[in-house]
Amino acid sequence: MSKTLFDKVWDSHVVKHIENGPDVLFIDRHLVHEVTSPVAFLGLKNRGIKVLYPERTFATADHNTPTRNQHLPVQDPLSANQLKALEENAAAHSIPYWGLGHEKNGIVHVIGPENGITAPGATIVCGDSHTSTHGAFGAIAFGIGTSEVEMVLSTQCIMQPKPKKMRININGSLSKAVTPKDVALFIISKLTTSGATGYFVEYAGDVFKNMSMEGRMTVCNLSIEMGARGGMIAPDEKTFEYIKGREYTPKGADWDNAMAYWKTLYSDSDAVFDKELTFEASEIEPMITYGTNPGMGMGIKNDIPLAEAVEGGVATYKKSLEYMAFHEGDAMIGKPIDFVFLGSCTNGRIEDFRAFASIIKGRKKAENVTAWLVPGSHRVEEAIKEEGILDILHEAGFELREPGCSACLAMNDDKIPAGKYAVSTSNRNFEGRQGPGARTLLASPLVAAAAAVTGKVTDPRELMEEAFA
Amino acid sequence: MAYDKFNILTSSAVPLPIENVDTDQIIPARFLKATERKGFGDNLFRDWRYNSDGSPKEHFVLNNPIYSGKILVGGKNFGSGSSREHAAWAVYDYGFRCVVSSFFADIFRGNCLNVGVLPVQVSAGFLDKIFTAIEADPKTELKIDLSEQTITILATGESESFEINGYKKQNMLNGFDDIDYLLNIKKDIEVFAENTPL
Ligand code: SF4
Repeated sequence: MSKTLFDKVWDSHVVKHIENGPDVLFIDRHLVHEVTSPVAFLGLKNRGIKVLYPERTFATADHNTPTRNQHLPVQDPLSANQLKALEENAAAHSIPYWGLGHEKNGIVHVIGPENGITAPGATIVCGDSHTSTHGAFGAIAFGIGTSEVEMVLSTQCIMQPKPKKMRININGSLSKAVTPKDVALFIISKLTTSGATGYFVEYAGDVFKNMSMEGRMTVCNLSIEMGARGGMIAPDEKTFEYIKGREYTPKGADWDNAMAYWKTLYSDSDAVFDKELTFEASEIEPMITYGTNPGMGMGIKNDIPLAEAVEGGVATYKKSLEYMAFHEGDAMIGKPIDFVFLGSCTNGRIEDFRAFASIIKGRKKAENVTAWLVPGSHRVEEAIKEEGILDILHEAGFELREPGCSACLAMNDDKIPAGKYAVSTSNRNFEGRQGPGARTLLASPLVAAAAAVTGKVTDPRELMEEAFA
Repeated sequence: MAYDKFNILTSSAVPLPIENVDTDQIIPARFLKATERKGFGDNLFRDWRYNSDGSPKEHFVLNNPIYSGKILVGGKNFGSGSSREHAAWAVYDYGFRCVVSSFFADIFRGNCLNVGVLPVQVSAGFLDKIFTAIEADPKTELKIDLSEQTITILATGESESFEINGYKKQNMLNGFDDIDYLLNIKKDIEVFAENTPL
């Protein structure tokens, strides 16, 4: 029978199907961080059991960590306590732990691929909804709650009904300054934040085929923002090239065996999806959000839609604009901003720093802007230095921080102050996500860079004439 | 974690007629620093509920004494956003046993079922009726019958049935959790793992 990519990976991981209930799904690899794991480990302790397969489990510290002076003890006692709990739990259960300062430390969804933990055809979970990132490699990857973290620690399985399948096709080639982030924000703006709820999405077509692995990660990362469990892209030569030789990828004969399997991972030509959507690459512009959910985005040159033109509740829409202190019909171009955040598992990889640097090179940071540039991992930080990007940042008046989730969720000190506007490359513009009262405009690294040097919302195309000439 | 069995719940309800209520509103990230599952109810809807100086915001529904009960009724697409189970814990810890909406975000719905909060999805029309009934009388009681899979507005007798997967229903009725089940089939899992290379 013909199968989709998703079917192939899911079906091969079902330990048991429960009649009128969920599937028991075997999890190949489990990523753990300090915030959603302590209560799960406590559960194991209460049951008197150990982690079943520590070799399939990897722990890092990222959500709740400072992005400065990581060599010093963590100041916030609650954060320090959480980090200590993870370190102790990892030690007690023989799980590799890459804590602060460790060369492999970084945001969980950045270090998974970097170290070859992420593999095509694997099932990967983590107590963080952006686990969908790993789908870029043709894995089934999704976020889970703490009860499920406990399930995976204790039994390497979770219980979930099989989601429905959606395919999103985008063909053609992307216009100038349109990045993977814009592609994702465009899709979410079309589908709304609940448009893919209940589905697992496969991205297909020229645009994704031609996209770098980093770009694919950005797109899959944002799948959750339209309600999908996750997103995935069929693995190809680019995928294999990326993972080859990484620490946890198979070697020698194991690699050959794995390749034989990986090459079968695509949707059969007559496979049926529960829903299929198609867009044209040429429709997509550099995007920006103006509201308080990631679906409230539009081409950067557009005006904020009128309440009557949007689907859904008018009251909710107005409340959202009120929070942002924006008005229906306002242009976004030219709006003054206060902060720029480059980072997160959405756009904290080397390619994102390259894009940012391409715009700020030879320019200066605007005086009214505070910029937080936070690499996704130490490896990214290293590459920034090696490629000379750090020098470009410094010359333009920017400073580089140390890796972590930072202002993506503002659990540490990196909180955007109340009422301030931040152009952020992260994934959520919910009320207070980046700090109580903070106002977030989601955008690509290019848009963030253009804002950082002009101090206002600016179309990056205006600053990139030469680069593209 | 074990929770109370759920069968029939009859209670007044707290209305929150806002769409896309996300998990950052239900429990802001800065309250996720605990290493135990305790005290999350105090910070449920923290930034909607309290001013930055800690004083309650009069207009928020949880601060309005005329509304109470074990049922929270929310607008469409309730619980979107992050996977933090803390959001479901906060709902449970505050004292809610059931959330009613016309649409739930996936992860939040799953988390609720895992911690003993019953998510009841009703039609948009029925949701409106509930909001209207509560507006008319804040003491309006809803009856949720899990065995029968029905929700009834007692004052008017209007009723609708809701979906729940059979396995999860049994778990809720009995107060079981998934880990009990999985530990029972550990042998099968071990055989599967042996045949599944890393
Ligand atoms: S960067 Fe943001 S979305 Fe990514 S893992 Fe960290 S908190 Fe989650």
